[in-house]
Amino acid sequence: MSIDKQGVQKIAHLARLALTDEDVDQYQHSLSSVLALVEQMQSVNTDGVEPLSNPLEMTQRLREDKVTEENRRDAFLANAAQTEAGLFLVPKVID
Amino acid sequence: MNWEVVIGLEIHTQLSTKSKLFSGAAVGFGAEPNTQTTLVDLGMPGALPVFNKEALRMAVMFGHAINAEIGMTSVFARKNYFYPDLPKGYQTSQMDHPIVGKGYLDVMLDDGTTSRIGITRAHLEEDAGKSLHEDFQGMTGIDLNRSSTPLLEIVSEPDIRSAKEAVAYVKMIHSIVTYLGICDGNMAEGSMRCDINLSLRPKGQKEYGTRTEIKNVNSFRFIEKAIYTEIERQADILEDGGRIIQETRLYDPEKNETRSMRSKEDANDYRYFPCPDLLPVVLTQVYVDDIKASLPELPSQKAARFQSEHGLSEYDANVLSSSRAMADYFETANAVVKDPKLTANWVMGELSKLLNQEQLDIENCPVNATAFGELLVRIQDNTINGKTAKDILQAMWDGEGSADEIIEAKGLKQVTDTGAIEAMIQTILNANTAQVEQYRASDEDKRKKMIGFFVGQVMKASQGKANPGMVNPILVKMLKGE
Repeated sequence: MSIDKQGVQKIAHLARLALTDEDVDQYQHSLSSVLALVEQMQSVNTDGVEPLSNPLEMTQRLREDKVTEENRRDAFLANAAQTEAGLFLVPKVID
Repeated sequence: MNWEVVIGLEIHTQLSTKSKLFSGAAVGFGAEPNTQTTLVDLGMPGALPVFNKEALRMAVMFGHAINAEIGMTSVFARKNYFYPDLPKGYQTSQMDHPIVGKGYLDVMLDDGTTSRIGITRAHLEEDAGKSLHEDFQGMTGIDLNRSSTPLLEIVSEPDIRSAKEAVAYVKMIHSIVTYLGICDGNMAEGSMRCDINLSLRPKGQKEYGTRTEIKNVNSFRFIEKAIYTEIERQADILEDGGRIIQETRLYDPEKNETRSMRSKEDANDYRYFPCPDLLPVVLTQVYVDDIKASLPELPSQKAARFQSEHGLSEYDANVLSSSRAMADYFETANAVVKDPKLTANWVMGELSKLLNQEQLDIENCPVNATAFGELLVRIQDNTINGKTAKDILQAMWDGEGSADEIIEAKGLKQVTDTGAIEAMIQTILNANTAQVEQYRASDEDKRKKMIGFFVGQVMKASQGKANPGMVNPILVKMLKGE
């Protein structure tokens, strides 16, 4: 199985990556070889095998429902490029 | 053409935990922007989520309430999309192994019929932050307080066939989650939001038509109106031979129309995969059974009990049990009155009327249930009549004191002394000799109509305090000259 140029461009768009034409060629090649590997793995008989959602043989630990964190807004906002009235500012999103 | 409407609903309910689904930040509506966030909620590299025990318990409670299979092993998955109010670039949700599996609800409609609505699943997920588009020098403001707030998304089967049925179903879900105490049910603050999937098909056709999804409708009334307008829009297109485009739409309550959200074609390519930061959640049978055993009485159970224990009609029992607060109010008041029918009539009648007028919920009723019960006791023991009781309720509402204090202060005690009533009637008969003669000259049928005049005079003279049950027979007797 291989992936075509449109496929690469679509994935890049979904991941918000800007690719040059040269990049697209290169990714088309490397992603196709990943897919070839997947194809090869698909020939293994997995009847009766539960899909693995995590390689650790452990289950999720739970947290008590307690407020343990205090307000650290000033520290968080200090990382932002632009802020106003306690908000992070980002380029206008229209949707 | 005769169209059949096919509706499936996705209801997002915000769980009433103290802290967030995956972090120890506080959850709360209306806090200053970005004061309830942590490194986890901000999606900082290396910050790891830890699952909130209480959110899990609440989800399992809901599962039991809808007769559902509980997911003994559930898995969190990442739903990937880019939006500035989702700093991680994915929403942690559940896909293949939700916490609550297939269940159902029996929903009663206004006409008394019941229909069973299937529930496909309910899964836990985190909410996103909020984007504020106004007034920031052409930029968008981001508030991440809501980020990682726990949501339970309840997905119905496409079993709903009308707007009324949809509203009845949402009301039932609302009533269940508030009974369970797992959601505050405040739709105006977004604690419950509804996505409506709707399609039409010719009556009798098996295949579903193409559907649209109306996002984020947040009141019972808007759900009903959005459905009506969308049915009309789709029917118009289909009758003209057109095709429905599968898309996401928004309901605009001001214009009462739905419109396309211009979603990009690939917007729904979420590339779900199991979240490597969270391990599978595995439940024990003991844990699940303990939660089932500790469930509070649910609306349908309460309605059944109101009929068997209090002898209420099915309709009254359903109305009173539809909200936990109303049911509690009724039961507290009735504990004082010990007359379920009288209490039910007054809670559903006069009290509900006043609440509607003031647009108040029963939780915020200025007259508490015990004080209300004490008022009804005075109707029961003939201290006051129903009409006076309405005036007293208004006075209690305005904070003038208890029923007994108001009766005392305003001298509203009903006159039940036969002698006093006879004396009052005699005065009125003396003052209206012409009417009395006319009455005596009339036949039985006419007399019945004329008696109203005399009753009115007596009530007026007594300032409403004469007991109407006593006035009538005495009056008839005296008019006859007996």
